[in-house]
Amino acid sequence: MSAVGPTSAKGAAPPHPAAPRPPSPDGRRTGGADGYNFAYLDEQTKRMIRRAILKAIAIPGYQVPFASREMPMPYGWGTGGVQITASILGPDDILKVIDQGSDDTTNAVSIRRFFEKTAGIATTTRTREATIIQTRHRIPEEPLADDQVLVYQVPTPEPLRFLEPRETETRKMHALEEYGLMHVKLYEDIARHGHIATTYDYPVKVDGRYLTAPSPTPKFDNPKMHMSPALQLFGAGREKRIYAIAPFTRVVSLDFEDHPFEVNRFERPCALCGADNVYLDEVVLDNSGGRMFVCSDTDFCQERRAAGHAGEMLARAPSFVAGQR
Amino acid sequence: MSETAIAPGFADPGRDSQAVFRAAMMAMARPGTICKLPVALDAPAPLAPGTAALALALCDFETPIWLDPALATEADVAGFLKFHTGAPIVVHPNEAAFALVAGANEMPALHRFAPGSLEFPDRSTTLFVQVETLRKDGGWRLSGPGIAGRAHLSAAPLPPTFLDELKANHAVFPRGVDIYFVAGHRIAALPRAILIDS
Repeated sequence: MSAVGPTSAKGAAPPHPAAPRPPSPDGRRTGGADGYNFAYLDEQTKRMIRRAILKAIAIPGYQVPFASREMPMPYGWGTGGVQITASILGPDDILKVIDQGSDDTTNAVSIRRFFEKTAGIATTTRTREATIIQTRHRIPEEPLADDQVLVYQVPTPEPLRFLEPRETETRKMHALEEYGLMHVKLYEDIARHGHIATTYDYPVKVDGRYLTAPSPTPKFDNPKMHMSPALQLFGAGREKRIYAIAPFTRVVSLDFEDHPFEVNRFERPCALCGADNVYLDEVVLDNSGGRMFVCSDTDFCQERRAAGHAGEMLARAPSFVAGQR
Repeated sequence: MSETAIAPGFADPGRDSQAVFRAAMMAMARPGTICKLPVALDAPAPLAPGTAALALALCDFETPIWLDPALATEADVAGFLKFHTGAPIVVHPNEAAFALVAGANEMPALHRFAPGSLEFPDRSTTLFVQVETLRKDGGWRLSGPGIAGRAHLSAAPLPPTFLDELKANHAVFPRGVDIYFVAGHRIAALPRAILIDS
């Protein structure tokens, strides 16, 4: 076999995997990679997951066990979220995938491509345009609408797991609504640090009943879960749990009367778009201590810049932060 | 089994069951909202097309189905469901993952269906209750998860004790049953988390 080069290619090149597939003869975009069912999962698996989703919505915050499948990606890369998205996805959906608020990091790009390839669906980076948003550890800054579904990738669905390793015990604690242990944990934070030092995966109580892990979102995002118009679905593939928060559901972050829940505050607005009251990422610029703080939500930041907003470092920020100008 | 052929199921099983599920999911997420199922099925009477679509989208060999007497006496109904879903038909309501009710005004009390346990409240029955009228006004006042403020829902005919049964069902939360009311192609959900008063 000769070396692979421009001259050695035989026949027509295969179509690019991300190229849009032609519509089927009846005019519908059925999508899907050859040999695979629409959105990868088989129909029986989807039915099983769909039943778990309905129970999860009916019992907000309760973790429904489900028969999680092996996915063509490792645990920890969003197998739970991917299984939920695959089960709810229809040919007319528009999917957005974010990883820490960003549309263009590895996890987000690979999951977006996965569904482009296996379902032939449209994708977007715009929060407003999406019907389903799969997220790893952020909630978009732009308020969600009531026809949108937010799918979280969850590593540890059990908020009590690091306090009580036995599943039999945590299950009983949920059954009896016995959540004193979590308050003790938050109290120990105060005793040790003078304030509640939990900054992400900050435990919430859903509709006044179930203690629930919001997945490792920064606690900055917790208030967005409260009375959200969008349906929130949570999938943990390795731990085999699905849970949900219905729209317009009370979600309260645990706290104490004398140590009320507070979100992170940032000293400065986003250095690129000047937005206040958004979650910022620190970006190290050089080896001499140069750094800047920019929106973690890349779509939000880009739309603001497109609308003419400018932060203090927009003009001199390197292109790997600010993109092409 | 009668001599008539079994009625066809979904024309495109993957696509149609997704569309039906999505409507069922949105109905469950927004109690009091009436959703129209986007698929028309020619189901054997007295199985409503909406009930048949929900059953074909959600039931399979893992989900025992209970049929109320009105449905159980029609052999075509069990034949249709068994052929398309493979689900076992059970005789006791508390063994069912899904219970299908066509004669709503004579249905068993809600506590006779599986409520799940405190540890596993998801191991409970979901009911598809066929009604003649389903409206998003009058009747019950609903509040709770999925509802911004209050919603209204009325369904008929139902047993005279039904409102009390619904309240008792909510009172044992997180245990309890979840209900889909079905009128033709239209569905509305009433999950256990919803507080109901008249």
